Amino acid sequence: MSAITTTDASVFTRPHVRTLRHALALAKRNLIKTSRTPEQLIDVTLQPIIFLLLFVYVFGGAISGGSRHEYLEYLLPGILGQGIAMGSVALGQNLNADIEKGVFDRFRSLPIARFVPLLGAVFADFFRYLIVCVIYLGFGYVLGFRIGTNAVATVAAVALSIAFALCFCWISVFIGMKARTSGAVQGIMFLLIFPLSFGSNVFVQASTMPGWMQAFVKVNPMTHLVGVVRGLMIGGPVLSHLGWTLLWMGILLVVFVPLALRAYRRRA
Amino acid sequence: MTYAIEATGLTKRFGATQALAGIDLAVPQGSILGVLGPNGAGKTTAVRILATLLRADSGTAHVGGYHVVRDAQKVRETIGLTGQYASVDEDLTGRQNLVLIGQLLDLRTPQARKRADELLEWFDLTDAADRPAKTYSGGMRRRLDLAASLVGRPSVVFLDEPTTGLDPAKREDMWDVVRSLVDDGSTVLLTTQYLEEADALADEITVIDHGRVIAHDTPDGLKRVVGGQRLTVRPADPRRIAEVTAIVAQVADTEPDSPARGVVSAPVDGDAALTAAVAKLGAAGIAVTEMSLHLPSLDEVFFTLTGTRRGESAEPESEDAA
Repeated sequence: MSAITTTDASVFTRPHVRTLRHALALAKRNLIKTSRTPEQLIDVTLQPIIFLLLFVYVFGGAISGGSRHEYLEYLLPGILGQGIAMGSVALGQNLNADIEKGVFDRFRSLPIARFVPLLGAVFADFFRYLIVCVIYLGFGYVLGFRIGTNAVATVAAVALSIAFALCFCWISVFIGMKARTSGAVQGIMFLLIFPLSFGSNVFVQASTMPGWMQAFVKVNPMTHLVGVVRGLMIGGPVLSHLGWTLLWMGILLVVFVPLALRAYRRRA
Repeated sequence: MTYAIEATGLTKRFGATQALAGIDLAVPQGSILGVLGPNGAGKTTAVRILATLLRADSGTAHVGGYHVVRDAQKVRETIGLTGQYASVDEDLTGRQNLVLIGQLLDLRTPQARKRADELLEWFDLTDAADRPAKTYSGGMRRRLDLAASLVGRPSVVFLDEPTTGLDPAKREDMWDVVRSLVDDGSTVLLTTQYLEEADALADEITVIDHGRVIAHDTPDGLKRVVGGQRLTVRPADPRRIAEVTAIVAQVADTEPDSPARGVVSAPVDGDAALTAAVAKLGAAGIAVTEMSLHLPSLDEVFFTLTGTRRGESAEPESEDAA
């Protein structure tokens, strides 16, 4: 074995580079699996379209007092935040199902860092979040949503949303390692995502809510992410929300990455 | 002697089940150890500990000279693992599975592809290489599992029940592969439920039951204890059982027993007994529905070694936990 693992380039053997390479190889595995069962993408393709239709055409008129178009402008950056949070549920579900199968034991018998299969799955999830963003912006455009700023700001908004998603999804990984069935992963994640996405500025302005709810909205990470995305897409202040968003991203990583890795070590 | 695998006093408990109650194993470099035992004996638990997937509660183990806990990464560089649990990804094709493992073993992509091609050819999977593994037959799946464990040319190979569920022809193919691994200098630890398989492959056999080693010997040594080949005959007409018993007694030169209703069985010395029995039964005009020459079954081995039939013991049968 040493005979074939010996490679000439020294970068090839640096531990971080090796781990990154392993994670990318495993991310490719996840993408191949998704391409074999494209129905796994329903939650990031059809579901956003249906949500957008429902919220704009069922609630839009009532919430905005008549102007559906105005509501669409308000809603779209917000529902994007909800979309990426919902998009992370499948990650935990898939890992939960995967870990019971033999292939994870195979990975664990190889001389690679233990957590690499989790990292690979998270990397592959990047594409799902990108799809959510593209679908929301594309279908929103069809319904009449227009960017009020410029392309650079929009790309920045999408990049931040995906970066936030890649931090948030470690909650899903953690629940995926802890829950006994993949169905339970979904139940638990929805229990978390519904208060986070509805108890925020995603659908309605916080000023219409009672004080205690406003207090929750103010600390809710979803509020801050959506605040930045809204500012970047339709104009308005960005910086104060950006600070809170980055702080929350850091907190999510610091808390849930170690929790997920520990749960994984115990589970597998 | 250098041992490629050496374990002493391994214990492991899962809740109320004592999966391993102090197992010692020693496998000399370049040899095959057969670990023989029924479901729930602790075979899989032992392999998982040796392959660094599980930690023993007590005891020590070295594989390829490396401590399985302290030098786990080194052990993982040394071993290949195949079993019902360490398997391939069903959604990936055979080739994708092997290339992925090559990449995880730090082969550059062209090298990983080349190694995958070699293995696909060796295991006769070239035609199926680009189909998802879930479309493979049982035998092809096992071959791919085994190929996946050999990507890194491991010097120690663990095969956990590699032939369970395979038909006899496929089983012999698998045996040939195992023999060629050892010819190339690898050390193999193979678990099985069949004395036949351990006898065909192993240099030494360790019999385990309820997490303990109950015998360790060469195949010939073990057969001296549990008996060699047996001739078993089931007449088509159960009323002629007495005549069959007489013929088998004559051929085997010993008093036959009846392991089941309507079946006569006796230990015999060699293949000639089968031919002799066929001739005598034919001459007497007795039709048979079953007639075989075989090594003792696992049940018979256990009966001889422990004096109890399996299933009679007070402890409940438990599946290999984990």
